[in-house]
Parts: sequence; structure tokens; C-alpha cells
Amino acid sequence: MPEMTYSAAVGQALREEMDRDENVFLIGEDIGSVRQADDLFAELRSRRIFQTPISEAGFTGLAAGAAAVGLRPVVEIMYCDFVGVCMDQICNQAAKMRLMSGGAFKVPMVIRTPAGCGTREGGHHSQSLEAWFMHTPGLKVVMPATAADAKGLMKSSIRDDEPVVFIQHRLLHPLEGEVPEGEWLVPLGKADVKRRGDDVTVVAYSYALTKALAAAEALCGDISVEVVDPRSLVPLDLETILASVRKTRRLLVVHEAPERAGAGAEIVRRVTHSGTDFLSSPPRVLGSKMTPMPYSPPLEDHCIPQVADVVAAIKQMVHA
Amino acid sequence: MVDKQLQLQMLGRMYLIRLFEERLGEFYDYRGYSAISRPEDEAQATDELLTCVGYDFESQGMIGGAVHLSIGQEAVSVGVCSHLNDDDCAVSSHRSHGHAIAKGCDVGQAFAELMGRDTGLCAGFGGSMHLFSAAHGFLGGNGIVGAQLPIALGPAFAARYRGTDQVSVAFFGDGAANQGTFNEAVNLAAVWKLPVIFVCENNLYANATPVALSLPVPDVAARAHGYGIPGTTVDGQDILAVYETAGQAVRRARSGEGPTLIEAKTYRFQGHCGAASGHQNPDECDRWRERDPIVLFERRLAAEGLVDEAQMDQLRENASAQIDEAARFAIDSSLTDPERLAGFIW
Repeated sequence: MPEMTYSAAVGQALREEMDRDENVFLIGEDIGSVRQADDLFAELRSRRIFQTPISEAGFTGLAAGAAAVGLRPVVEIMYCDFVGVCMDQICNQAAKMRLMSGGAFKVPMVIRTPAGCGTREGGHHSQSLEAWFMHTPGLKVVMPATAADAKGLMKSSIRDDEPVVFIQHRLLHPLEGEVPEGEWLVPLGKADVKRRGDDVTVVAYSYALTKALAAAEALCGDISVEVVDPRSLVPLDLETILASVRKTRRLLVVHEAPERAGAGAEIVRRVTHSGTDFLSSPPRVLGSKMTPMPYSPPLEDHCIPQVADVVAAIKQMVHA
Repeated sequence: MVDKQLQLQMLGRMYLIRLFEERLGEFYDYRGYSAISRPEDEAQATDELLTCVGYDFESQGMIGGAVHLSIGQEAVSVGVCSHLNDDDCAVSSHRSHGHAIAKGCDVGQAFAELMGRDTGLCAGFGGSMHLFSAAHGFLGGNGIVGAQLPIALGPAFAARYRGTDQVSVAFFGDGAANQGTFNEAVNLAAVWKLPVIFVCENNLYANATPVALSLPVPDVAARAHGYGIPGTTVDGQDILAVYETAGQAVRRARSGEGPTLIEAKTYRFQGHCGAASGHQNPDECDRWRERDPIVLFERRLAAEGLVDEAQMDQLRENASAQIDEAARFAIDSSLTDPERLAGFIW
């Protein structure tokens, strides 16, 4: 099985889907230089790949309208933080058109955006805003953490008839992994148990997954940690998460987005809605601290849950 | 005729910006200080991961993250800001070091900010794209393109509200001219006659996108006509031309006549971001380097007999000494202690 970076896997998915369906097109800023790495741009520019001015509301709205009449855009928002500029087009327009039209129009678009913190780029370049989109009816939200999941989920997201927000943590881009060739699809709404264990379930996605796995490895021999990667946040694979928590009786959710009202809070809500008798300790969420992300490295690292924090939380839950 | 002392001051300020931008390149490394927890060596890395990321770069003064340099564009920030007092406000973009220094920010505190020290302009909280100074009326660079345009209206509005005569300057680029905020900010300033000066630094590129792909009309200043305000293009490499044009706009604003849109035709001599990164169009860049605003001004001052070689050398040395001092100050300062986050977390 070939090994490739997360970025290359996404590029491969885009290429395959564009080859498969002539309605798929790419649109966004500086997309020429971004896609150059995949050899896509040279070949497909001006026919299928469209480089825009800095006008997120303009081109995201364009994509929503184009999707409504049958095209299948993949919109690139350069940094997740920039979605603020086009939130109306995503959350009021793309997300609502199908409902408001009684199904007359559908909006099969993908909004792909690099996100995440830890790169010392300060408050306007460090966010992961999945919670904003999870809270918006009409949007699907996926956040693959591995190259294989990235390829499979991008292909599935493009084929999905609803608007899908596809969030990629920037620190994952250079990480390599095995990626199946050809028609490799990862369905939306399907979690993946990345590591088997018995004492605690850690649900972690995107870059936090690497930290959860590192924590599990560090605790090996002492505490047996099961790590579940939801991969999709909307729709969420509650069944897989619940089966794990029923087994381990402990739930810790880890994400790098701020802890308040985040994906972790929602996952705990869904799990505890099914019951609490299978829990031997209160479920916990580890997220980053409630402050805009500061720049200086000690400050930024202090705000983000680190491997040591995950280890400490697991120990606290198991030894409580 | 611009006062000779002022001209020398402006030259000195341009040297300061140029040397600051060049010097910071020695300390800059985008990838080196990211919180990457992917281990090269499993065993050793596990220990590191458990104790969080190490900071052995403190003594070396490393600058991480993103920097966007103003090399080549110094005449615009200095030419405009030379009209401004400390209680006039300016806002800027991600490419804000030049504006911050031109507005009066201390280069030592600027260096310290880039190095994440507690003596930085923002105590290390903001970083390169988010330099702020209340003392000098600098309401920040900005990481969101175009976001600064409506913000610039605020201090102008406040001056009107209070019956005072401060003005507000919005520095932005050719990229930001295509953001929705441009339309809203210019229109609102025009209809309310706010004392704002909109300064577009058109350096022909928005990151990797040349203006040919984004501007249907090459002159951003032409848009002013649609809002009923004056719009002027100016040679951004000619500091006296910038100074003259900005002066008219500032006088207009202060006398209650409303906003002006200035478009300075300029160029950055490096790539969009990073230090010592090459421009994507090297031939074009070489041609623009022949119009280095500092060299042009030096030649002009010399030709008019306002300054001789020795005096210019002295000015350069002064600036260089200031930058040396600034870097030393920053390196000797402490990285900001996370305890300082208390009060910001809620």
C-alpha cells in the first residue's frame, strides 16, 4: 500500500473525484500554488480550478449558488479563522437552501479549510471552528486525522448531497500514512477505533488524536486506553463510541478547540443521553482554555491540551 | 518645501524599518517552534511529550509563526504617518511592522513582541500580525484581510462624537480592496464624512495572486468615484510624493470634509511571508528594486544638497545601533509566563 502525506492524500482524492465527475470544481484563494503541488493546477486550470480574489463571501456564495444548479464545488477557505468573513453564505445560505425550498434545491458543496493551533501564528490563524458548524442545522462536519481517512472522507464528502465542512489540522499535513489505492471511500458518520483498550475510552479527533495515541502509549502497561476517532462530528457515530464506553466505563473527550460548548460537550451529551449507569466516573472534556490563542510559545502551549494533560486526566479518572 | 529636519527624520525612520525587517530574518524559523508532537525518536520523544514542548530557543531569540515584511514599502508608512500625532489612530494588515514603527512604536518592544517576550508591545500575546500600541494610537495589524477597514472608522467616529480633530488611517492592500468590508467601510465613511484616510498599498500581489487576476480596473483609487470621495494614485516609492498626497488627505479629514482614498503604487522586495523569501516574479522584483524608496530619497536629498554622505552614514549607523540595542533588549527579556494569562481566561 502506498505511503503518502495527508496533503497528498487529499490531493489524490480531489483528482480522482474531478476525473470521475465533470461537475466537481475547485475554487479559492491562491489555489494555483496550493494545487500546484498535486500537479492538478497546470492541467486543469481555467477549466476546473478557479483562483479568486480575496472575497470569501463572494466565492463561497458563488459556490452555493452553483451547487444549487447542479455543480459540485469544493471551496477552499485558506485558514479556518477566515470563515467569519463568509459565515452567512455557509450557515444562512448553503445550510438552509434545501429546507427552505422544500427540497427543490440541494447544495452539494464541500468547504475545505486548514485549521488548528500550535503553529505560533496568533489569534487570527489558530482556530478550529467545528463547533460553530456542528451547531448549524443543515451542515455536515468531518475532521479526518490520518492520510487514509482524509482521502476516503474527501471522496465521500464530495459525493454527499449536503454541504460538508471538511476541516484539516495544519500540523497533520506533512504526516505520512498508508493510503489505499483507487476507490477508497470512508463513509461519513463512521468512527474508527484507532487503539483497543479496556480501562478508559478516549474520543479524540484531528490533531488531538495524535496526542491521545501518544498518551495511550505512555501509559502502556499501567492503564489500558482505548482511543476512538469519530472522524465525522456531524453525523456522529454514537454507536461505536457508546459500545466503547459501555466496555471501559470511562469517557474522556480530547480536542484542541476551546472546551466550552465544543464537540466534546456535544459528545458527552449524546453518550449520557443513552444512560449513565454504565459510567463509573463523570465523563470529562479536555479542550483548550477559554481565551483567544496567544502568540508566545509558552502561552500557546499552556492553552492547548498537551500529551501530559491527557495522561493526567486519564490517571485522575482511573484512580478516582 | 518640506522642512529639512523632517526629511532627515523620515529618512532615519525608513532606515529603522528596513534594518528591523532585515535583522529579524536572522531569528526567524517558521517550523522550528511549532508544537509538533510527532516523535522522530519514540523513546526520547515520549519523555518530551510528557513534559510539554521545550523552550531551549529562548537564549537565541527565535521568532516563530508567520512574518510578512515591509521591505520596499517603507516610504508609504513613513510618508503617511509623518502627518500623524500619537492621538491619531492607524490600523493595518498582516504586513504591519512598518506601520507600527512609522507610527512611533519602540523597535525594542516590537522585537520583543516577535520573540514572544513579556516586554513586547503586547507582552507576547499578539505576535507579528497583531502589534498594538495604545500610547501611539496603533490599533493593530490584523490577520483577517480587510477586517481593519471598518475598525479604522471607529476612532474617526469617536473624534466626531467627542468634537475633537483626530484622524484615522486605514492601511490595506490590493487584496483587501476586494473584501466586502472595503465597500462597507468606504461607503459609511463617505456618507458620514468621517475623518478617515484610506491608504491602499497596491504592491501588485495578494499572496500569490497577481492583480491581473483580481482587479478588473488596475487602479483601486478609481473606486473612490463611486463613493463620491477623492481618490488619488501616488508613486509609493517616492516618499515626498506620498507625504504631499497624505498631507492633503489629512487636512481634508481634520477640517471635517470627510474621507479620502489614496492608492500608493508600491512593491515588496521579498515573498509574501517569511524572511529572505524570494519574490515569485524575480525579474519584475529586480526592476522594482531599482526604485528602492530609500535609495531614491538618499539621491534626492544629496542632489538638493540637504545631506552629505557622512550625514547619511551617521543616520544609518544610528538606526543600526538602535536595532542592535532592540534585538539585545528583546533577547535579554523573558518569555512571557503563562501566569499572565490569568484574567484573559473566562
